[in-house]
Amino acid sequence: MAETQMTVVADDQVLLRLRVPARAERLKEVRGAVGEAAGRCGCGDEAVREVVIAVDEACQNIIRHAYGEKTDGDVVVEIRCHDDTMIVDLRDFAEKVDPATIKPRELDDLRPGGLGTHFMREVMDSVEYLAPPQGRGNLLRMVKRIS
Amino acid sequence: MEHNIREEASAVVVAFEGDVDLESSRRAREVLLECVGRKRAVLVDLSQVTYIDSSGVAALVESFQSARKGGTTFALVAVSDATLKVLQLARLDKVFTIFASVDDGLAEAG
Repeated sequence: MAETQMTVVADDQVLLRLRVPARAERLKEVRGAVGEAAGRCGCGDEAVREVVIAVDEACQNIIRHAYGEKTDGDVVVEIRCHDDTMIVDLRDFAEKVDPATIKPRELDDLRPGGLGTHFMREVMDSVEYLAPPQGRGNLLRMVKRIS
Repeated sequence: MEHNIREEASAVVVAFEGDVDLESSRRAREVLLECVGRKRAVLVDLSQVTYIDSSGVAALVESFQSARKGGTTFALVAVSDATLKVLQLARLDKVFTIFASVDDGLAEAG
């Protein structure tokens, strides 16, 4: 089992590793880098658009909810490609967030806000929180199969 | 994000250009609510919007609800593909009135 995991990691192609301040004015830069990486991973225009939406909304959750009032935190975006799968990891260094508190809302309830998590789950094949390395912060992994 | 507001005979037309994202959506919300506050039909031209996120959509929803409460028309016009995709994800493409062009919207509002 351990050997299989090692092989998978070794075969992964890292397309993007970007560490930026978790601030709204840096999101355009993140979107551009993610879109470019998704294209190199073999995503078509529609899939590129979807991955950009998912990463943008995930970064917003980090800025607004994980860091909150704190403005000096960073976010690390890493994108890897493995066969027909694109793996997006977002790491922050904020206080641990309880994943149970980050849930998509019912769309029938027409009101502003609360859509970001729904967008992420809608456009990606999986969205899950993992234990971060060294136990600090939060690690969100989103996976998209490339058809 | 840039915006432009113009008064037409049958409606206020507010056009946005660029990205309506976390950085700019607060301003977009202020602009939209100010337009709705004029108590006239409001047409939101999204043809030049290159990206809109959930916070931008929230600004549209809040303005739509404010207009509905005040009994005035609030519609989107010339929605770009990038914007339509996000509205569809939010299942809002069937909630908002959407016109293909500003002229279509003005004709209907008149």
